[in-house]
Amino acid sequence: MKIRSFAAMLATAVALPLGAANAADLEVTHWWTSGGEAAAVAELAKAFDATGNHWVDGAIAGSGGTARPIMISRITGGDPMGATQFNHGRQAEELVQAGLMRDLTDVATREKWKDIIKPASLLDSCTIDGKIYCAPVNIHSWQWLWLSNAAFKTAGVEVPKNWDEFVAAAPALEKAGIVPLAVGGQPWQAAGAFDVLMVAIAGKDTFQKVFGDKDEDVAAGPEIAKVFKAADDARRMSKGTNVQDWNQATNMVITGKAGGQIMGDWAQGEFALAGQKAGTDYTCLPGLGVNEIISTGGDAFYFPLLKDEEKSKAQEALASSLLDPKTQVAFNLKKGSLPVRGDVDLAAANDCMKKGLDILAKGNVIQGTDQLLSADSQKQKEDLFSEFFANASITPEDAQKRFADIIANAE
Amino acid sequence: MAGYTQGSGRPNQWLRNLNAKIASVPMILTAVVIFLGGTIWTVVYSFTNSKLLPRLSFVGFDQYERLWDAPRWLVSVQNLAIYGIFSLIFSLVIGFVLAALMDQKIRFENTFRTIMLYPFALSFIVTGLVWQWLLNPEFGIQSVVRSLGWESFTFDPLYNANIVIYGILIAALWQGTGLVMCLMLAGLRGIDEDIWKAARVDGIPMWKTYIFVVIPMMRGVFITTLVIIASGIVKVYDLVVAQTSGGPGIASEVPAKYVYDYMFQAQNLGQGFAASTMMLITVAIIIVPWAYLEFGGGRKRV
Repeated sequence: MKIRSFAAMLATAVALPLGAANAADLEVTHWWTSGGEAAAVAELAKAFDATGNHWVDGAIAGSGGTARPIMISRITGGDPMGATQFNHGRQAEELVQAGLMRDLTDVATREKWKDIIKPASLLDSCTIDGKIYCAPVNIHSWQWLWLSNAAFKTAGVEVPKNWDEFVAAAPALEKAGIVPLAVGGQPWQAAGAFDVLMVAIAGKDTFQKVFGDKDEDVAAGPEIAKVFKAADDARRMSKGTNVQDWNQATNMVITGKAGGQIMGDWAQGEFALAGQKAGTDYTCLPGLGVNEIISTGGDAFYFPLLKDEEKSKAQEALASSLLDPKTQVAFNLKKGSLPVRGDVDLAAANDCMKKGLDILAKGNVIQGTDQLLSADSQKQKEDLFSEFFANASITPEDAQKRFADIIANAE
Repeated sequence: MAGYTQGSGRPNQWLRNLNAKIASVPMILTAVVIFLGGTIWTVVYSFTNSKLLPRLSFVGFDQYERLWDAPRWLVSVQNLAIYGIFSLIFSLVIGFVLAALMDQKIRFENTFRTIMLYPFALSFIVTGLVWQWLLNPEFGIQSVVRSLGWESFTFDPLYNANIVIYGILIAALWQGTGLVMCLMLAGLRGIDEDIWKAARVDGIPMWKTYIFVVIPMMRGVFITTLVIIASGIVKVYDLVVAQTSGGPGIASEVPAKYVYDYMFQAQNLGQGFAASTMMLITVAIIIVPWAYLEFGGGRKRV
């Protein structure tokens, strides 16, 4: 008897892990490593673990520029992860065309993504040849100016309400030993700041003509010349920012060492983590306070094609849990980004997020540059603007000529 | 033994030292397939418009035209030239002087040698980070000197676009001269004592003995050192990434970083391959004449 019950015990011990094997471990790679981002990604992991599967975190430090090559070489090199973050748009285009990514159309039709995802351009960016290849998780907009109320108080000037007032307040800030505009050394920050200036100063249509239609004549024209003039101001105001990472630059605003920063709404997570309150400690100006338009780029999860059936099933579970209303709210509140579905309740959102939601509801949106330009053109643009912002001897006119060349060669 | 299997006739040339030849087959295969094959593949694809994945659609010299039009590439090449020339001169001179000093039968030579060689044991990334901190104006050398009383002292090479490449050079020399010193020291130890005695008998001053007698005798060591330093120069990448990541702006970019960025970040393999082919050509221009002199024509080696 004893032996038999012992055998039964052994059998259950073997059978148990087999029974639980329906749930799979799924490695998810992403580049969300700053404080606010890590808190947000923990929400996604929690939601996925609740489905009975297990989220294996594969965070890659050093922002997208460092992480993407690693992700791509793992996928092309035959060692794919379970799911991976990309900015939706053209970053994973060729991976999809090469048949390395998984078609999510089944999950999407079952869960009616077409009806719930707003704005529709988000899902369009995931769609290649009529098939859906990614699950968007948030909307990130670049067009924000973050201002430190404390810094302006020290300098003895009012907190500006738009870009022009900000430029006018710069000398007072400098006199108080404050860097007016924090721009970190990573190339994408300078390039992004320029795109924001373009929407604010030249407007939505010009933006679309330059980046959407790749019209080189507009890029070389007088409207864009104005933008370069503003970029020249920004360059002068950013002198003295000796930091690299975007969150270090945001930290300068949080601590009042810098007056402001042009950065996407992901900066909000940093303010929240530092315990600051929108309106009293910091001010946010969408569209630089000039043109209240936001771009709807963002993050999405792509799923490499896997042979393991268990894992493929877990991929579906992950895709649907990402778009679950509860996950959307929890994740986006921590991340400071906007949810991809219009039907969720964001009562807990702060002032800045509410401004963003309003603009979104009004439909004042444009596509992000990641959606419009190839990675190659983006890199060329980054080279140009990181040089422009660091080197005062390049005139705005010369820079505009080079910018028009990049647009002319873009595809 | 195996070479004599063909009977009593002359041993077959191909079968001589058969064991050694079999043993070297893996290395030969590696060299031919991986190095040579990879090189040819890269050069071929540099004439295509491959983006994220390699694709055989040829576009002629387009990638090269774009490369030599790109300001960033031109800055990179210029930086490599400055960095290369100075690091070659300084590491040879400093390394040799240190070795000569070390060779004066000083006490604790072992200790000094270890200290000098220590930086070489660090990776370039660590070296880069250490020097990034040392050269940071807010808590590095500048702030130390300022806190000692020299308020207007300014030393921030990594934040000044005009001299940033010299900031990188300092770190490279700190790391590299120890190795050069050791190589030189080995060379100096290889010089026969009798030569020194003869020089002393003839009343030749020490510095003259070094320059006119010892250095020419160390030709082999110098050439080895030269090749080691030169190959290190062309591939410099991690030091720049750790210290400045190419900044401020694009002022400290180097060719190897251009290759990496365009291959993987810009998802433009063709452009990256074109840049790496240019690097290969540079190396070939340096190595081929030297290899010809060293191993080829005349065989007039000392």
